[in-house]
Amino acid sequence: MIEFRLPSLGSDMDQGKLLEWHVKPGDAVKRGQIVAVVDTSKAAVDVEIWQEGTIAQLLTQPGETIPVGTVMATLLAAGEVASTMPVTPVPPVAPALGPAQAPAMPGAAPSSVLPALRKPASPAARKRARELDVDIDSVTGTGPHGAITIDDVEKFARSAIAPVPVPAMRTVQSAPAVSVAAARHAEMRKAIAAAMSRSKREIPHYYLSEAVLMRRAVDWLKRENETRPLIERVLMGALQLKAVALTLKRFPELNGYWRDGGFQPSTVIHIGVAISIRQGGLIAPALHDVDCLALPELMRSLADLVKRARAGSLRSSEMSDATVTVTNLGEQGVDTVHGVIYPPQVALIGFGRVAARPWAEDGALRVAPVTIASLAADHRVSDGHRGALFLAALREQLQHPEEL
Amino acid sequence: MSAEMKSDLIALLKSIAPEVEESGLQADRPLRDQVDLDSMDWLNFLIAVHEHFRVDIPEADYRLLVTLDDLVAYLSRKRTP
Repeated sequence: MIEFRLPSLGSDMDQGKLLEWHVKPGDAVKRGQIVAVVDTSKAAVDVEIWQEGTIAQLLTQPGETIPVGTVMATLLAAGEVASTMPVTPVPPVAPALGPAQAPAMPGAAPSSVLPALRKPASPAARKRARELDVDIDSVTGTGPHGAITIDDVEKFARSAIAPVPVPAMRTVQSAPAVSVAAARHAEMRKAIAAAMSRSKREIPHYYLSEAVLMRRAVDWLKRENETRPLIERVLMGALQLKAVALTLKRFPELNGYWRDGGFQPSTVIHIGVAISIRQGGLIAPALHDVDCLALPELMRSLADLVKRARAGSLRSSEMSDATVTVTNLGEQGVDTVHGVIYPPQVALIGFGRVAARPWAEDGALRVAPVTIASLAADHRVSDGHRGALFLAALREQLQHPEEL
Repeated sequence: MSAEMKSDLIALLKSIAPEVEESGLQADRPLRDQVDLDSMDWLNFLIAVHEHFRVDIPEADYRLLVTLDDLVAYLSRKRTP
C-alpha cells in the first residue's frame, strides 16, 4: 500500500485545503500526474503525484483543511492485490490529523496552525459549505451526534454576513465572496510574514551589487524581436533568467538549500521567479531547468508561469522546488534590489531597471543602457569574494547575449 | 468608430488587469502611468490587440503606443489601407 501525502508547497505553507480530487478509486496514476487541487494561503495549486499505482481510497474530503504530510489517499502498487483494500467504506470524518510530518519552520509556525478535530458533517453539507464559502469548522451542528447539516451551513452563512435575520438572497451570495477575498489577502500576508521573518531571523545575509552594461543585450534583443512575430517576442526578463542560470552552473554554493544545519547543493537549476499578484502579495513559483531551456522556450514557460500564477493554477512541484530566486523590480523603476532570501534557499539575484546612464568606456564618457544586478546570499554557505566573482561572471555572460 | 475601438481596447485591457475602471482612465495620458502593467502584461495586452483587431504590431512601433488615443489612432491608420 502506497501512501499519498500532502506535499509541502513552499516553506511558508504548512497546511492546505483540498478543493477537489482529479482522480477516483480505481484510477491508475503515473508520475507527475495532477491528482488534486489544494488551496494554500497563496494560491490554488495543482498537486502532482510522484508514485505510480492505482488509487485505492481517497481519505481527505474536498473542503477539508489538512496539515502538510497528512495521508490524503492510498494507492495499490503494480501487482499488489486488491484484497488489502479495507472493505469498510471511509467514514466522512476520515483523516486523523496527527501525526503529521512537522514543517521545517522552527518558531515560524503559528501555534494555532493545526485545525481542531474534524466535526462530523454530511457530504452534502460540506458541498453546500463550499458553495457558500463557509468554513465548516465554524458551524455548529444540530444533527445526530452534533453532525452538521445543510440547514446548519445555510443558517451560518446567513448569520455570518448580517445579524439581522432573513436578508435578501443577493446579499447572502455576494457578501461572503468579498470577505473571502479579504481573508485570502490576509492569509497571504501571513504566509509572506512567516517566510520573510524566518529568513531575516535565521539567514545571515550579505549583499553585493554590480552595474552591468546592457548595450549588447538590448541591441541583440531588439534585432531578434524585429524578426519575430508578436507572439514569439522575448522580454529582457527571460534573457536575464537564462544568464543567471548559466552563470550559476559555475557557482554551486549559490544554488541549493540550507537544511539540517548544512548546505545541500542542487544538481538542477530551478529558478523561483518573484511574481507580484495584482490584488497584492507575492509568489515565487519555479521555472524548471532554466539552464537547459532555449530562449524562446524559456520565454513561453515564463509567460505561462506568470499567467498561471496570477490566475491561481500553479503546480505543486513549482511551489516547492525552486533552488534559487530571481526578482526583477526594474519594471517599477527602482535602481537596485536588496533581496530577502526565500528559505531554505541560499541566494536571491535581483535586477533593477535597465536605464540610460552615463558610462565610462575607453577613456570617454558615453550614455548607455545599464542595469544594477544584485546578490543577496547566505553567509553560512558562501562569502563575499565568491559572490563578487558570481556577479562579475553574470556581467560577462550578459555581454554575450547570443550564447543565451 | 473610434469610440467602439476604445471600448474594445478597454475590454482587452481588463482581461489583463481586471482592476481597471473605465471612468478612471484618461485617454490622452500614458496608459502605463495609469495602470500597473509590467512588460509581460504589456506584451500580453498587445498580443490581445493584435488578435482582436488583426493588425500586426512591429516592435519598432511600440514607442508610438503610449496613450489610449495613440492606440486608437494607430489602429485606425493600420486598418485603412
